[in-house]
Amino acid sequence: MKLETPAGRLSIRGWLRLVRPGDWLVLLAGVAVVAVSIPLFWQGGIADKAIVRQDGRVFAEIDLRTRRELQVPGPLGSTLIAVEPGRVRVVSDPGPRQYCVRQGWLMRPGEIAICAPNRVSVQVAGRTKVYDSISY
Amino acid sequence: MIHLTVTDEDRRVAWLATAAVGLSLVDAAIPSPLPGVKPGLANIVTLVVLVRHGWGTAVWVSALRVLAGSLLLGYFLAPGFFLSLTGTTLSLLTLGVARHLPARWFGPVTLSILAAFAHIGGQLLLARLWLIPHDGVYLLTPVFAGAALIFGTINGLIAAKLMADSPAAEAPDA
Repeated sequence: MKLETPAGRLSIRGWLRLVRPGDWLVLLAGVAVVAVSIPLFWQGGIADKAIVRQDGRVFAEIDLRTRRELQVPGPLGSTLIAVEPGRVRVVSDPGPRQYCVRQGWLMRPGEIAICAPNRVSVQVAGRTKVYDSISY
Repeated sequence: MIHLTVTDEDRRVAWLATAAVGLSLVDAAIPSPLPGVKPGLANIVTLVVLVRHGWGTAVWVSALRVLAGSLLLGYFLAPGFFLSLTGTTLSLLTLGVARHLPARWFGPVTLSILAAFAHIGGQLLLARLWLIPHDGVYLLTPVFAGAALIFGTINGLIAAKLMADSPAAEAPDA
């Protein structure tokens, strides 16, 4: 088998000639498969809603495609939650240490901000359920 | 005394399998960041054999390559052997179907990419069913799929180049 012929130089154009029209389609399909597999397998699906809980009960389920603000009443006062497309955060909370506010934007399924003193939590959920940890 | 008649076809299979085993060894020598992410250079031989000599010969060459490669590298009948066997079986089945695609539109690159995806798909399924029975295995899917796409494309290009550089001398069987 000879590797070097005048017809087959190792130029980019030479390589491209070896790719037939259908090959491009298959390549594109392959790229699409890889692109789809990343959110599918790495983020527990795409974030599509925020679950707001008050005192352990579901207070509201907000679609993450919308843009809105939500007041959640608790024993200390009112917790303000903001939803933007694809993300959610606690804007203000009457609690003393402000942990949930300082967490900032939550974007991935499974992420949660808990304002314990005011008994409010907001969690991002995707199509598939994400666990914090699993033990057998 | 038993006398074996060696046909030309046997000799050809043996030579091609030797080339494939050689490439398997090169493959194993290339450091990999993750077990399972390998160039799969031996598949270049499989592709050339498939196009030039038909599916049956490709199956022979692949089977011998998996067997001899595992013996030489010392993983015969170890989990890696079965992963290799499953991946090779699935990609051969895929190639058996894909080779009927119109050759004017779909060349070795298509065959190589499809085979690479089938290969990694089979390995992931076997790993999930048998070796690591937990869905966590699928976390590696994007990495494996990406590697399959990249190496599948490169191997397909090399196979296409080899065939373009040395036009079929003998009449192809298929």
